[in-house]
Amino acid sequence: MKRGKKIVLGGVSLVVAVALFFGLQRLVVPKYAGDTPLEGNFTAEYYGEDARHDVIMVGDCEVYENFDPMVLWKEFGITSYIRGNAQQLVWQSYYLLEDTLRHEKPKMVIFNVQSLTHGEPQREEYNRMCLDGMKWSETKAEAINASMCKGENFLDYVFPILRYHSRITDLTKEDVKYYLEPRKITHNGYYMRIDTLPASQSDVADPSWLLGTEEERKAAQSGENEIDDPWAEIDEREENEADAIDDPWAEIEGAEESDREDESGIVEPGADTAQSSAEGDKEFSAYAMKYLDKMRKLCEEEGIKLLLVKAPSLAPQWYDGQNQQVSDYAKKHGLDYVNFYELLEETGIDYETDTYDGGLHMNYSGAKKLSRYLGKYLKKHMKWEDHREDANLSKVYEEKLRFQEEMKEAQQRELDRYGEIRNY
Amino acid sequence: MFVSYGFIAFMLVAFVLYYLIPRRFQWMLLLIANFLFYFSAGKYYPIFILVTAATVYGAGMMMARCDRELERYAAGVRAGEIPKPSRDEKKARKKKINGKKKRWMLLCLFLNLGILAVTKYTNFAVENVQNIAGGEFTPIDLIVPLGISFYTFQAVSYLLDVYWNKCAPQKNFFRFALYVTFFPQLIQGPISRYGDLSQTLYGEHGFDWKQVRFGLERILWGYFKKLVVADRIGIAMGTLLEDPEYYTGGFVFVGMIFWAVQLYADFTGGIDITIGIAQVFGIHVEENFIRPFFSKNIAEYWRRWHITMGTWFRDYLFYPLSISRPMKNITTATKKRFGMGGARRVAVYISTMVVWLATGIWHGAAWHFVAWGLANGAIILFSEECAPLYEKFHARFPKLGISWGYRAFQVIRTFLLMCCLRLFDTYADLGLAVKQFIHMFTQFRWNQVTLQELVDLGLGKKDYLVVFLGVLLMFAVSMMGRRGSVRERISKKPYAVRYGIFLALFFITLLFGIYGVGFDAKQFIYNQF
Repeated sequence: MKRGKKIVLGGVSLVVAVALFFGLQRLVVPKYAGDTPLEGNFTAEYYGEDARHDVIMVGDCEVYENFDPMVLWKEFGITSYIRGNAQQLVWQSYYLLEDTLRHEKPKMVIFNVQSLTHGEPQREEYNRMCLDGMKWSETKAEAINASMCKGENFLDYVFPILRYHSRITDLTKEDVKYYLEPRKITHNGYYMRIDTLPASQSDVADPSWLLGTEEERKAAQSGENEIDDPWAEIDEREENEADAIDDPWAEIEGAEESDREDESGIVEPGADTAQSSAEGDKEFSAYAMKYLDKMRKLCEEEGIKLLLVKAPSLAPQWYDGQNQQVSDYAKKHGLDYVNFYELLEETGIDYETDTYDGGLHMNYSGAKKLSRYLGKYLKKHMKWEDHREDANLSKVYEEKLRFQEEMKEAQQRELDRYGEIRNY
Repeated sequence: MFVSYGFIAFMLVAFVLYYLIPRRFQWMLLLIANFLFYFSAGKYYPIFILVTAATVYGAGMMMARCDRELERYAAGVRAGEIPKPSRDEKKARKKKINGKKKRWMLLCLFLNLGILAVTKYTNFAVENVQNIAGGEFTPIDLIVPLGISFYTFQAVSYLLDVYWNKCAPQKNFFRFALYVTFFPQLIQGPISRYGDLSQTLYGEHGFDWKQVRFGLERILWGYFKKLVVADRIGIAMGTLLEDPEYYTGGFVFVGMIFWAVQLYADFTGGIDITIGIAQVFGIHVEENFIRPFFSKNIAEYWRRWHITMGTWFRDYLFYPLSISRPMKNITTATKKRFGMGGARRVAVYISTMVVWLATGIWHGAAWHFVAWGLANGAIILFSEECAPLYEKFHARFPKLGISWGYRAFQVIRTFLLMCCLRLFDTYADLGLAVKQFIHMFTQFRWNQVTLQELVDLGLGKKDYLVVFLGVLLMFAVSMMGRRGSVRERISKKPYAVRYGIFLALFFITLLFGIYGVGFDAKQFIYNQF
């Protein structure tokens, strides 16, 4: 065989092998479209976005299930995107933020602090759901190295076929249907659920640490007991402490506030809420705090405001000690910290109507309430351009809102038909 | 270790460097690779293998010196430089020098077998002593170097070959160390002879695409057998063995078959990888299997299964034992009482049972291995005793002996018999193995092994289909192999067909292999030996 022919043959052979390799890889990777958990495409969905957002939220399910960027758009004209994933760890949030900054520069980053409770990699499945969708860069490589659990291998991330090859015997029609185009699930990173599972009808979370025991709650409703309002003490403390708390926004905006509450109903949170326990008193790990520091410094370098929040999930319990650590950190670095546990009245969160899984995550109703409060909070503390006046952007969001409405209707149809949501 | 990404990366780097560096340095690169490989398996392991290499090398050199001394003496006598000694003087001189040679050999032999015995069998011995004496057994934490049984036997074969002057000693220690430590063989053999391996091990190898291609094909075939078949069926085997009380009766039979498939695919797969790797480096390693499940009797089976181990025991234990002085004494003693036939039998019986006892113990420090070895020996001897009967039978029915059906019957009979013997190994417990063997018949129920029960073993229906097709493919390749090299035949096909076969095997292994996160790609079963 002539040399030229050999080279051509070798080249064609290589192309066929590579094409087969990546073609089969695409086939076996989970599509996160019904047959596997839906929360695996969130990271990748971001890259299809027109990357212009005022606010980027990072964190775990306490962000992507509890705040709806569509509300921030519709009611406040603020553009936002959630880069959150199931059990997204602090370092993953940091690297996703770093990744985001390659594409855009928001005015504010909101970080939900729940993940500070984890100081080491947790579960491989969650790592994959968070990291697989990330575009390749130095940042992704670092994120993988920081996240790998024992037994994981970097090469499995480079070539996901090495991880997911065993799915070859479990392929479903979803794998064919979403072979080329993944199924879009989120609304700017928000995972919406319109169904409701009241906390009282579920045992996934014990709300007593936050809301008091059932007897106390009943007594409070009937007014028989004087110790029944778990918020009374907090409110009182807030009132007393309000003047003492530095408002990091005050200097920036020149706001002069003598009270932490104004007409908008916004209350600056105080320091503690929850019960104390040995676990709660534990310090966050140095590893987790290192990445919070990195996140803060990155924001400082880029001139981005960093806001710390704690979403009001009934589980896992948010302890006094944990809350105090975040408060202290925020105070030390001049950050604001919004603890939504302390704002149940202001946000109007009702664990009987605003959660779809017994209090772990908000349903659409709950997310709307939290988002409204967040929107007001943002408006109060910073000047934002109202992007609704931007015709082009409005057109884009019209489409997004239409997609959300369609999904709501589809979920409602499933609820009516099956009594549960099956495909969303 | 063959199934780790690290090993594959290590292999790739070694391969590229091997053909980039000047050819005279190739063997040195392999030596470095051997020690890196062995060090990565355990930081103290290289110490053990170095001790073996150094002592056997040293003994080899000392034995060669003895030979030279004897030669010099003889040459001196021939040349008249030394006054012509009397016959007795010559004999005495020869005896003295040969005695020295023998002492070097024995010293080295006992040292290395001693290391093997201490590292592998101390706990077994202590446990049994404590069982007899009473008291609780506390295992001693001893390092058992990877592949110690393999490299020790390989080194011992060299020692004895040099002692018997079957091969010249290697004068370069590093070259000798390369022979003992050759990394593809360290995991599970084969146990190569110095005379065979050294022919290509130290040679200068230019890049030969055909050899490399053949090597890669062999490696791929090995991975297919190991990852797609052995480790998949291993999942079901694991469940079967976890609860032997429940999985009894018909399940013992199922387990027997599964274990045969797993062991075959695992061990031959590993050897395919070993031979393939060596071939990629231009080195020829002896075959260790020749379609063993096509054997028509147990003796033939052992000539086809783990060949290098079988020939090792034959050459270095059976033959020396058979012609040893104590055996001669026994033969002489029994000859007077039972005649020549009886005397021969006693020698063969004792040698055979000693060999099989050693084979059993070599496989592992446990009574079930001892029982397994002795059972093999007993059946082989029984079979030999029955040989005249078979001959009579075949003489009476000459056509039957050559019929396809009868040969198939013999193959299946041997396969099932070996499966039964392997129960000792399968259950890794002497009492349990015997109990399960009995239960296979006494608790057998036809409706016991349902499809659902099989699925409950941890494999889905599609997995069983994959195993079935994998076994079918192995069977087909074995059948094709009877008529010559399969790879040679494939290499004569058009490029598209060859490439298609290679790609298909690669992607089947990649997709259907049991490996990666979520799976514990099992260590090769023969690692433990």
